[in-house]
Amino acid sequence: MAAEFIPEAEPLHPRDNYLNVRYGVGSWLLTRDHKRIALLYLASITFFFFLGGLFALLIRLELLTPGGDLVQSETYNKLFTMHGVVMIFFFLIPSIPAVLGNFLIPMMIGAKDLAFPRLNLLSWYIYIVGAAFTMWAVVHGGVDTGWTFYTPLSTAAANGHVVATAVGIFITGFSSILTGLNFIVTIHTMRAPGLTWFRLPLFVWSHYATSLIMVLGTPVIAVTLLMVGVERIFHLGLFDPALGGDPVLFQHLFWFYSHPAVYIMILPAMGVISEVVTTFSRKNIFGYRFVAFASVAIAVLGFLVWGHHMFVSGQSVYAGMIFSLLSFLVAIPSAIKVFNWTATMYRGSISWRTPMLYAFGFIGLFTIGGLTGLFLATLGVDVHVHDTYFIVAHFHYIMVGGAIMGYLGGMHYWWPKISGKMYPEGWARFAALIVFIGFNLTFFPQFVLGYLGMPRRYHAYPPEFQVLNVMSTAGASVLGVGYVIPMIYFAWSMRYGKNAPANPWRSTGLEWQTTSPPPTENFPVPPVVTSEPYVYATESEVVG
Amino acid sequence: MADPRRLPHGEDGGPATGPGYLQHHFESLVQQKDASSLGMWLFLVTEILFFGGLFLVYTIYRWSYPLAFADASRHMDVRLGTTNTAVLIISSLTMAMAVHSAAAGRRRLIIPFLAATMLLGTTFLGIKAIEYTEHIRHHLFPGPWFHYPGPQIHARPAELFFSLYFAMTGLHALHMVIGLGILSVLVVQSRRGRYTGQWHTPIEMSGLYWHFVDIVWIFLFPLLYLIGRHVH
Ligand code: HEM
Ligand SMILES: [Cu+2]
Repeated sequence: MAAEFIPEAEPLHPRDNYLNVRYGVGSWLLTRDHKRIALLYLASITFFFFLGGLFALLIRLELLTPGGDLVQSETYNKLFTMHGVVMIFFFLIPSIPAVLGNFLIPMMIGAKDLAFPRLNLLSWYIYIVGAAFTMWAVVHGGVDTGWTFYTPLSTAAANGHVVATAVGIFITGFSSILTGLNFIVTIHTMRAPGLTWFRLPLFVWSHYATSLIMVLGTPVIAVTLLMVGVERIFHLGLFDPALGGDPVLFQHLFWFYSHPAVYIMILPAMGVISEVVTTFSRKNIFGYRFVAFASVAIAVLGFLVWGHHMFVSGQSVYAGMIFSLLSFLVAIPSAIKVFNWTATMYRGSISWRTPMLYAFGFIGLFTIGGLTGLFLATLGVDVHVHDTYFIVAHFHYIMVGGAIMGYLGGMHYWWPKISGKMYPEGWARFAALIVFIGFNLTFFPQFVLGYLGMPRRYHAYPPEFQVLNVMSTAGASVLGVGYVIPMIYFAWSMRYGKNAPANPWRSTGLEWQTTSPPPTENFPVPPVVTSEPYVYATESEVVG
Repeated sequence: MADPRRLPHGEDGGPATGPGYLQHHFESLVQQKDASSLGMWLFLVTEILFFGGLFLVYTIYRWSYPLAFADASRHMDVRLGTTNTAVLIISSLTMAMAVHSAAAGRRRLIIPFLAATMLLGTTFLGIKAIEYTEHIRHHLFPGPWFHYPGPQIHARPAELFFSLYFAMTGLHALHMVIGLGILSVLVVQSRRGRYTGQWHTPIEMSGLYWHFVDIVWIFLFPLLYLIGRHVH
């Protein structure tokens, strides 16, 4: 995107960027700068990522052997519940939006900040308060309902701190509502002169779609958890079958949010991939409008398919058939994106930098995850594999293979902008490879296990499943190493990394047209946009 | 101030002339106002979905147990409910007047109208508290103490009805309490002379919120109090 000015990488003067304008704890905890708030989120979600990882490690260790030897079944139930709760609500949902989205959206649209800087800071505090409740529950013995909180297990039977955990998720939900609201308002009202909707980077489009889901879906999970809470505390019988209430109604409400929520996790990653693929292929994105509208289509269709989680929950066969059909439809916009990224790379001048490696990983793994989603959306197949390891493999291919790869790719791509330092390319490529190998070793065997009939959420299994489980546990250890390495070199680069130029990737995005790291106001002069978002080679120039 | 869209910026990033209402990251007061309105409307959309979950549960159970719901609804005090409805509608009027006074620059009138709104809001909550006490006294609060005085065949779905009644009106009352909190902030700020005919966005936005909470009650009232009147 050609802005009016293109500052060169200037030598750093003290106190000229958002990181060094002010020092001290107060300057961080009271900041209203979207870039600093992004870093607050980065620190918090990194903590939860490793906490969730710790639970995962214990789960995998238990499953190393067929017998239930490391932990009792009650403890195991708590482990997978806390793993799911922490990873989904406290890591993956805020991950890309609250860190990269927060940092980049104002810069990509040429604004000085988000529309509501104070709400933005508030959203982080709300997140922390919610996290505190959930952490309290973890420390005091955890919960064992699964991250899905199905009634009447959660309302009447479950041991453990259902209410504290639910309150934590309820509160954190408002942080995601505020983030989404802030993004939508910002994108509507604060675009730089000349920045029309179809000049917006695809990262912004995908965050717009994500924000729609956050704003429209999150209140529903909030009120649903509220109902579970009052049922447990005050004995209001909202889902109580003893009173003629309907526990399956809870599932409807839960999945009305939680299916769209899976798109909260994947859409931002798709935004990252769109930026990375076009930059490192040095070719304009293929079918810009299709990719942009596909994001919105995914957000809209995502609200219509929740019933595919309930094929065997006693919903009518007709409802099941409709939900099955609608679920197939969501695959169309997802596939459009995959095809367009591939077409973008076709005859592009591809460079094998780390962000691009993650993009390759994303495209392959997301495709596998999405295609197995279609298996599951097929009513007859799902009756067999529902609640088996096949499901576990499916969503980990998307959430870990897709979303986390997108997150890591994005972190590498924008790290020079965020920190003003380059990460070590060799180590980064090595880690990306480790992540890819570790991931597939962990989760591919789970497809097979599920297909062979190993159910999820049990701490023991028949001995014939052991070989595949050992592979999976071994893979998890490799994957863990792959995640720790970037942590180390990112921290290392803050001090010892080479200074980053303003635009190390020769990208045409607006966020690269200012210094690295940017000044608090993002741009020394408010930019005016005069061209399309991607100004690389066009299709006809390359393909002829 | 010829063109409010392009106020010159002062040292602190605010406009060089006039009060410093323009936050540093906006280009103009119009842009700032647009952002606030859009943000508020979006917030109200989230509120609709929030209450929507409960309304959905209500709809499904009422559809499943129409007779029991009608019967249970006869244990509501329609007179108090009607009074409360009137109280809230009038409070919406006084709130609208407060916004109007602010927009017309009649700053002296803002506080009386806000105070009247708060008084009516408090009245509503008082009457609600009387109703709650009565219900609890008659063992209509769900749980181990629940005892249904009507036909026993309806007893269990009636407990569902009262669960919904307490959940929905309780959540509504909570919104009223938050609304009163917001209004008291507005009163304090008005006394400091914060609001002018040109800039009174907080009053306008709070007005939207107050009307929203009012409208929720307009739905709750017939659904909870009046269904017994037409199903026999
Ligand atoms: C291509 C579109 C997709 C389709 C058609 C699809 C289909 C399905 C179906 C039918 C199930 C239910 C299986 C069962 O429980 O028996 C399921 C489960 C799941 N999917 Fe997907 N999916 C898709 C994309 C995604 C995405 C993008 C994510 C996450 C980023 C995701 C995450 C999940 C999760 C977390 C579960 C399991 C929830 C649980 O029971 O704990 N899916 N998917
Ligand atoms: Cu789903």
